[in-house]
Amino acid sequence: MENKERTKPTKHPSTVEAPLDQTTRTENPGHHTFHKNLSNLDIKTVYTPEDIKDENFDVDIGLPGEFPFVRGVHPTMYRGRLWTMRQFAGFGSAEETNKRYHFLLDHGETGLSVAFDYPTLYGYDTDHPLARGEFGKCGVAISSLVDMELLFHNIPLDKITTSMTINGPAAIIWAMYIANAENQGISKNKLGGTIQNDILKEYIAQKSYIFPPEPSMRLIVDTFEYGCKHVPKWNTISISGYHIREAGSTAVQELAFTLADGLEYVKAATKRGLEIDAFAPRLSFFFNAHNDFFEEIAKYRAARRIWAHEMKKLGAKNPRSLWMRFHTQTAGCSLSAQQPEINIVRVTMQALAAVLGGTQSLHTNSMDEALALPSEKAVRIALRTQQIIAEETGVTNTVDPLGGSYYIEWLTDTMEEETYKYFDRIERLGGVIPAIEKSFFQKEIAESAYRYQKEIEEKKRVIVGVNRYQLEEDLGIPLLRMDEKGEERQIHRLQRLRKDRDNTAAQRRLAELRKAAEGTENLMPFLLACVHSHATLGETCGVLREVFGEYKEQAIF
Amino acid sequence: MTDLIEKVLAGDARAIARLITLSENNAAGAVPIMKQLHSHTGNAHVIGVTGVMGSGKSSLIFELALEYRRQGKKVGIIAIDPTSPFTGGALLGDRIRMMDLSTDSGVFIRSMGTRGTIGGLTSSVYDVVEILDAAGMQVILIETVGVGQDEVDIVKIADTTLVVTMPGLGDAVQTIKAGLMEIADIFVVNKADTPGVEQTVAELEAMLDLAAHIERRTPIISTSAKEKKGIPLLIRNITEHKEYLIRSKGHEARRRQRYEAELIEIIRKRLMDLILDETRLKGVVDCCIDQISRRELDPYTAADQILGKILK
Amino acid sequence: MEKKIRVLIAKPGLDGHDRGAKIVARALRDAGMEVIYTGLHQTAEQIVNTAIQEDVDVIGLSLLSGAHMTLFIDVATMLHQMQIDDVLIIGGGIIPEEDIPRLKKAGIAEVFGPGTPVETIVAFVKKNVKR
Repeated sequence: MENKERTKPTKHPSTVEAPLDQTTRTENPGHHTFHKNLSNLDIKTVYTPEDIKDENFDVDIGLPGEFPFVRGVHPTMYRGRLWTMRQFAGFGSAEETNKRYHFLLDHGETGLSVAFDYPTLYGYDTDHPLARGEFGKCGVAISSLVDMELLFHNIPLDKITTSMTINGPAAIIWAMYIANAENQGISKNKLGGTIQNDILKEYIAQKSYIFPPEPSMRLIVDTFEYGCKHVPKWNTISISGYHIREAGSTAVQELAFTLADGLEYVKAATKRGLEIDAFAPRLSFFFNAHNDFFEEIAKYRAARRIWAHEMKKLGAKNPRSLWMRFHTQTAGCSLSAQQPEINIVRVTMQALAAVLGGTQSLHTNSMDEALALPSEKAVRIALRTQQIIAEETGVTNTVDPLGGSYYIEWLTDTMEEETYKYFDRIERLGGVIPAIEKSFFQKEIAESAYRYQKEIEEKKRVIVGVNRYQLEEDLGIPLLRMDEKGEERQIHRLQRLRKDRDNTAAQRRLAELRKAAEGTENLMPFLLACVHSHATLGETCGVLREVFGEYKEQAIF
Repeated sequence: MTDLIEKVLAGDARAIARLITLSENNAAGAVPIMKQLHSHTGNAHVIGVTGVMGSGKSSLIFELALEYRRQGKKVGIIAIDPTSPFTGGALLGDRIRMMDLSTDSGVFIRSMGTRGTIGGLTSSVYDVVEILDAAGMQVILIETVGVGQDEVDIVKIADTTLVVTMPGLGDAVQTIKAGLMEIADIFVVNKADTPGVEQTVAELEAMLDLAAHIERRTPIISTSAKEKKGIPLLIRNITEHKEYLIRSKGHEARRRQRYEAELIEIIRKRLMDLILDETRLKGVVDCCIDQISRRELDPYTAADQILGKILK
Repeated sequence: MEKKIRVLIAKPGLDGHDRGAKIVARALRDAGMEVIYTGLHQTAEQIVNTAIQEDVDVIGLSLLSGAHMTLFIDVATMLHQMQIDDVLIIGGGIIPEEDIPRLKKAGIAEVFGPGTPVETIVAFVKKNVKR
C-alpha cells in the first residue's frame, strides 16, 4: 500500500539566525556579525515564501513590458536589443576629446556621453577669471559652437545618440548641439540623445547649479516643450540619483529622492499646460550601481514599479509615459585609490547588478578613476567588462532572471515601502523645493555619509585594500596625461571667435534673449539664435545670470 | 604688547583676530591689553540678533551688513554656535552665508563657540565686542545660538535687540519663548516671501496690544533676506531705536547694564578659575564635595569655608 | 581654560564635491576642535581673509576637480606673501601621487587622498599644529 500522502510541508520560520558560535568565528576569522545593507536595513540569514506571502504575481510582479513594469519596460529587453554601452568621457580641449570618442567608438561603445569641465558646467568661458586652473581638468571645455563642431568632428549625429552631463547651462549646450547638427545638415527631428538638465539634484547633491529654483525650472520646462515639438527623439531630462548616491546617500534615499524630483518635474510641466502624455515618454532617469549587489537590483525594480503607479495616478494614459527608462553608472565613490586594478572587479559586480536590474544604458568606471581621468587602457577594459557581460555570461537570454527570488521580491517591496515613507515626509515639508530650502535632503545625505564613514573606520564594513588587505607599498599605474597646450589653443580660439564673428548680430541676439528671459516666452529659439551667432557660452549664460540671479546654497553638515 | 594694541586700534585684521584668540583662550597676555582698550570703546552700536531657529538670522545679518557697508559704516559680526558638551568641539557654520563679505576690508567676521558655558554668554563675547569697538567698527552684529539662556542674555550686551521669527510656524507668539518677547526692541518677521506673513504680524501686534503700558511700541518689520526686501527699513528702525534710547536716557541705562553684566562675568570667571585651579583651591573643593556626599558637611558651610579661603 | 584648535575647511575653485570636506569637518569637531567651513566656490583671497579673521591654526583644502596645482598653491603663496607662517596647511581630494612633492614644496604640509581614515587626519593635525 503506497503512502500517497505527502508529508505536510513544514511551515517555514520567517527568521533563522546563525548560532553565535565562537569556534566558527575563530576558524573563519573573516566572518563578521554586521549584516546591514547599504540602506541600513537588516538582512536575514535566509528568505522564504513567508517573506513575500502577500505578493500577487499578476498585480505586483507580472511580465516585462506590462504594468507595473517591475521586470522591465520592454517585453524582450536584451534579447531584442542590448543596453547602450555609453562611456562618460571628456577632458582638455574639444579636439582631444574627439579623439577619445573615436577610440571608444572603434572599441565598440554604442552611444556617446559628454563630460564637461567645471567652467563649462557653470556657464563660464575658458578665459573667465573664475576658470583659473580648471580648464579641461574634469571634462571637456566647450565655450562656443566652434568647440561643439570640433567635439563631434567626423561623428554622424544622425546615426548615434549623445548624452550630455550638463545642468545649469543645459539649454544653451543643447542649443549648441542642435545648431551643430543643423550645420551638418541633420534636422532636429532626427536627433537622439539626452541632456541631464536635472537642477533639483544639483541643489541637493552635485552643486553645479547657477540660477535659483524658479527660473531654473522655467528653463527646464522650456526644454520639455521645445523637445516635444521639435526634437521628439530627445530625452530632455535625465532625472538623477547617481550624484545623490555619490554624495553619500543610502540606496533607499537615492531611490526616494530621485523619484520625488521626477514627480516634481512632471508637476511643473503640467502646471505650464503641457499634456502629460506629450512629454512623459521622453523623461529618463540615471541611477548609481553601488556595492550591495542585490540591493541595487531591487532598487531598479522598485523604481520602475513606483514610477508606473505614480504616473498613472497623475493621469498618464500612454503606456510609454509609465516607463521608467534609465542609464546607470557604476559607483565612482566605491573606487579605491589603493591597488587600483581591483576596481575592475568592483565595476564588474556593479555592472552586472545594473544589467540584472534592466538598465537601458550603462557606463562602467575605469580602474584609475580614484586617481585621474581614465587612460585609454583603463577605459578599454571598462568597455570590455560590459561586452563580456553581454556576450559571454548568458544573463541576456532571459528577462529579469531574479524575478521570483524571495529575497529580491522582499527587498523590492521593502525599498518601495521605505520610499513611500520618504514621500510622506517630503509632502509634510511642503514638497520638494521647500524641502530643499529647509535642507532636508542635504541633512539626510550628510548623516548617511557620516554613518558610512564611521562604519568603515570601525571596520564594520570592509573595503578591500583600504581598511583590510592593504599593501605596504602601493604599485602605481600609468595615468592619463593631458595636452598642456590645450588651454592656450582654446583661449586663442575664443579670442579669434569674438573677433571674427559679426559682433553686432551677436549682441543683438543676446539683447533679444535678455528681453525674452525677463518675460515668459520659451527661451530655446532665442538660445539657438545666440549660439548660431557665435555668442559664447559665457556671454549667453551671463545674460541669464543677470536676469535670473545666482543661487547661494545654505550649507548644512 | 603696545604693538598689538596699536594695530588693533588701527583696525589691523590679524591683530584683532589674534587678540580675540588670546581672550578666548583666557591667555594671561589678554588682560593687560583689554585693560588698555576700554577707554577706546563706546562708539559702536551693538545689535543683538536672536530668535527662532531656522528663521534665517545669518542671511539677515548678511543683508544688514551689506546695507551698512553701502552707508559707509564699518561692520563687525560675531557668529556664535554651540560647542558640543561631549567633545568640546564646534561646527561654526554661520559664516557660510556671509562669505561674499570676506574680502571686504570694512567687515570683520568672527565665529565663536559657546565653549562650555551653561547658558549665558561667555565673557569672551564681551571682550570681542570691546575689541571690535576699539578697532573702529561702528556697527557690531551678534548672532546668538538660538537656544538656551544666551538668547535672553544677549539683551545685556546689545544696545538694540532684534528678535527674529518667520511665517508658517503656527502661533507666532508661542514659538518665540516668553523671555524673548519681552526683550525685543524690534521684531523681525523674516522670510516674508513665504505665505503667512500678515498672520504672523497680526499675532505679534495682538500680543503687543495686551502688554502693559509701555513708552515705546515695539516695531514689527517684515523682511526677506532672499529677496533683499525690508532691510533699509529695518536699519532705519534700528537707528531710530538708538536715537530713542539716547533721548530717553535709556542708552546710558543699557550701557550700564552691559558693563554690570560684563564685570560680574569677569569676576565670576576669575572665581571659577580660582576654585578649579589645581595648585590652589581645587583640592579643598574636592574634599568639601566628598564630605558633602558623606553628609559630614552641608553645601552652605562648604561655601563659607571656600569663600573664606578666597577672601582671606 | 583650554586652548582649542581652530580649523578652516575650504573648497577652492568651482568643484562642488563636498561630501569629504563635511565628513572631515565633523570628525575634527568630534575630536574637540572648532571648525569653520567656507562653503563652495571660494577664491584664494576669500580663504586667506577668512583664515586671518578666524585666526585658525589649520587650513584644510579640499578639491576633487583636478585644479589643485593652481588653487592650492595660490592659497599657500598668498599666505606666504602676507608672512603668515604659523598656519598648518593640509589638502585632500583627488590628487595624484606625483603632484604631492610640488605641493609640499609650496607649503602644503600633507595631502590626504581617497581612503584616508579621518583618524589619520585628526592625529596629524593634533601633532603638527604650530601654535
